[in-house]
Amino acid sequence: MATHSTNQYYVPHGSIYPSIISVGLLTLASGFIFNVATDKSKDLAYLQAPGKWMMIIGAIIISFMVFKWMGSVINESLTGKYSKWEDKSFRVGMIVFICSELAFFAAFFGALFYMRILSVPDLAGYDLDITPYKDFLSTWPSSGPGGTVLGVEYKPGTLNAMGAWGLPAINTALLLTSGATITWAHWALIKNNRTQLIVGMALTVALGVAFLICQAMEYHHAYTEMGLTLHSGAYGATFFMLTGFHGFHVTLGTVMLIVILIRCMKGHFTPEHHFGFEGVAWYWHFVDVVWLGLFIFVYWL
Amino acid sequence: MSTTTVAHHEEHAEHPSGIMRWLTTTNHKDIGTMYLTFSLIMFLVGGSMILAIRAELFQPGLQLLNPEFFNQLIGVHALIMIFAALMPAATGFANWMIPLQIGAPDMALPRLNNWGFWLLPPSAILLTLPFTLALFGIGDGAMATGWTFYPPLSVQGGIGVDFAIFAVHLLGISSVLGSINIIVTLFNMRAPGMTLMKMPMFAWGWLITAFLLVATIPVLAGAVTMLLTDRHFGTHFFDAAGGGDPIMFQHLFWFFGHPEVYILLLPVWGFIPQILETFSRKPMYGYKAQVYSLWAIGALAVVVWAHHFFTAGMPVPALLYFMYSTMAISLPLAVLFFCWIKTMWKGSMSFETPMLFAVGWIILFGIGGLTGLVLADVAADAQYHNSYFVVAHFHYTLFAGGIMGIMAGTYYWLPKMTGHMYSEKLGKLHFWLTAISFNLTFIPQFFLGLAGMPRRIPDYALQFAEFNMISSIAAFVLGFSQLLFVYNIVSCARGGKKATDQVWEGAKGLEWTLPSPPPYHSFTEQPIVK
Repeated sequence: MATHSTNQYYVPHGSIYPSIISVGLLTLASGFIFNVATDKSKDLAYLQAPGKWMMIIGAIIISFMVFKWMGSVINESLTGKYSKWEDKSFRVGMIVFICSELAFFAAFFGALFYMRILSVPDLAGYDLDITPYKDFLSTWPSSGPGGTVLGVEYKPGTLNAMGAWGLPAINTALLLTSGATITWAHWALIKNNRTQLIVGMALTVALGVAFLICQAMEYHHAYTEMGLTLHSGAYGATFFMLTGFHGFHVTLGTVMLIVILIRCMKGHFTPEHHFGFEGVAWYWHFVDVVWLGLFIFVYWL
Repeated sequence: MSTTTVAHHEEHAEHPSGIMRWLTTTNHKDIGTMYLTFSLIMFLVGGSMILAIRAELFQPGLQLLNPEFFNQLIGVHALIMIFAALMPAATGFANWMIPLQIGAPDMALPRLNNWGFWLLPPSAILLTLPFTLALFGIGDGAMATGWTFYPPLSVQGGIGVDFAIFAVHLLGISSVLGSINIIVTLFNMRAPGMTLMKMPMFAWGWLITAFLLVATIPVLAGAVTMLLTDRHFGTHFFDAAGGGDPIMFQHLFWFFGHPEVYILLLPVWGFIPQILETFSRKPMYGYKAQVYSLWAIGALAVVVWAHHFFTAGMPVPALLYFMYSTMAISLPLAVLFFCWIKTMWKGSMSFETPMLFAVGWIILFGIGGLTGLVLADVAADAQYHNSYFVVAHFHYTLFAGGIMGIMAGTYYWLPKMTGHMYSEKLGKLHFWLTAISFNLTFIPQFFLGLAGMPRRIPDYALQFAEFNMISSIAAFVLGFSQLLFVYNIVSCARGGKKATDQVWEGAKGLEWTLPSPPPYHSFTEQPIVK
């Protein structure tokens, strides 16, 4: 810590963006609640339309403020406000954030294992003299024994598992390749080879988009041809929640990759100083690792 | 060389004033003050809810509240006290004190810090809005499931459950952001020479708390998300008809819920030893043993969750595992108790208000811990489960162990934060009123629980009448004595005897080397720790 500029920790000036994002979140959340309120009491139908508008307004506020906030961070980075010391803060922070994301997915994996190993076999294993589920067999995929849910009859359909070696295998290949291309781009950044960097990033974005398209096709196939929906009991719920949240993270990751691609094309980042790039790359690898878990436990086994 | 780092703050001269200062601030002290103020306000809000409940329980029969509203108050009281009073108070102290204690210019991620706080008011609005909406005929009030959201009740519930789900989401984001910030600050901002094993105990307590938050809050977020999709999008996570299981929710919830207890307590276990050493005028006993015990408790915290629902039905090996692992927590906790007592042993002790609270805290929290051992016993728990015994137990751990600890910390650091001494006379009066009325409120509840009075029921059998009456009267004394606390804080903030830099004769640590109140930018020159 020899020079004056490297031993100062940069504390940014006040910022209004965080508090406005919170207002946006409040608007989005209450809008969502109003929008789904009719599910529980029909006389709240008049809340549906305002709820929808609140959701739209909230989402716009949040996106705009995130855009402004990240913009000011990029600006601070470009004007040389961040030294190694701040850089380490961002790194540790990103690692902890990714750990919290893993914990979020762990909840849904936990639900999958619990239903598959405990609750479905339990429901099928009761004493035949007392069980209400006489014909229910413990198989996987399972959509449950059926019954009355809050006064509504629920009839499980027969289910086939989503095969692992069609689209999901292609998706695995796409994501793994994208992990390689982003590393290839990172090498280029370190060697200061801008062309290879931009090509690598563009390939990564393309692979991410291709993954999302395949995922959409798979969902379409599940809903229209297989009869596999969110309502399909244990299998449907875990399948769509796990792959859905993963898909949501891929979407966010792709948006972040596009931002980084644009920044690369604008000539941002230096071989020594490019946490923005690395943070997104780490996030992308995290999405990749979660997918491998999905491929093994949701599709394959 | 006496300095290695200089904090650099943009636009030194221009700080916005008025509301904009607080909306936009990135200063750790401003944000800490906002957290603490918010916590105090929500403490009073949550407290008034429970006073309404105690008023209803003053006599058998239904007098004041209808049962539905009674249940709503109970659930929202718990969520407010846990998420909006106790956790923000601990985070507020972390914001104020961690940079001062480790010689840092500020928290590592100041803008994120601001967002972490400003997520709290919207969540408080989400929690309480259903009460207001119900007055206008929208929905039927807040969630009436208790703070634990157990399905199927929470799947059936009205609009209040949705509000609570999203409140929990926002509170969760806030906690995770706060934890990220604290972990980064502790790893990256310590003064040169301050190794991890030289950190103040408060910093250690918070580091482990932050790890627990990062590991468990997202699981709660996942659990309530499944609840939301069960409610509105036709999934069957918690419904046997689809192959799901309501008990799975209990597993997911308490995987978060049990570590949450330690999330509330670890920061307190951090600063109580510092208070004890200050007023015993001798160094903390067993620093290393305490750090390792905190780690052990943090690790055990995430593997014992199912002791919260022994009676829900579990295979015997699972019951035994959860019983023994729970009881194992008492070993590191006993080490901590030993160290706390040994810190005072043969010390030159004086009993200013923080010390009174700290010593009272050891005894009362000890009662909370020991009654927990009884509940951890599977066979005994069959009798105690869901009774007032549980209510008394967790108020001994969370009110005495949590909030009275926070009060000790408040009196300890208030002169440092405001630059004025509070009224010692009022502080002592506050302590004695709080400690006595607290015991009178909750000791009867142990006996009520042993005799079989269930929790969360607005009416009760006649034989419980006397003890409930005592408990209700004491609860009102307890509630209204907190106004003394508020008065003392406010008058201390507004003026009073000037506090010295060190404030307390025996106080050690970097925060006591700065003026009281500390300058807007704490350590512009990072101190060297030998």
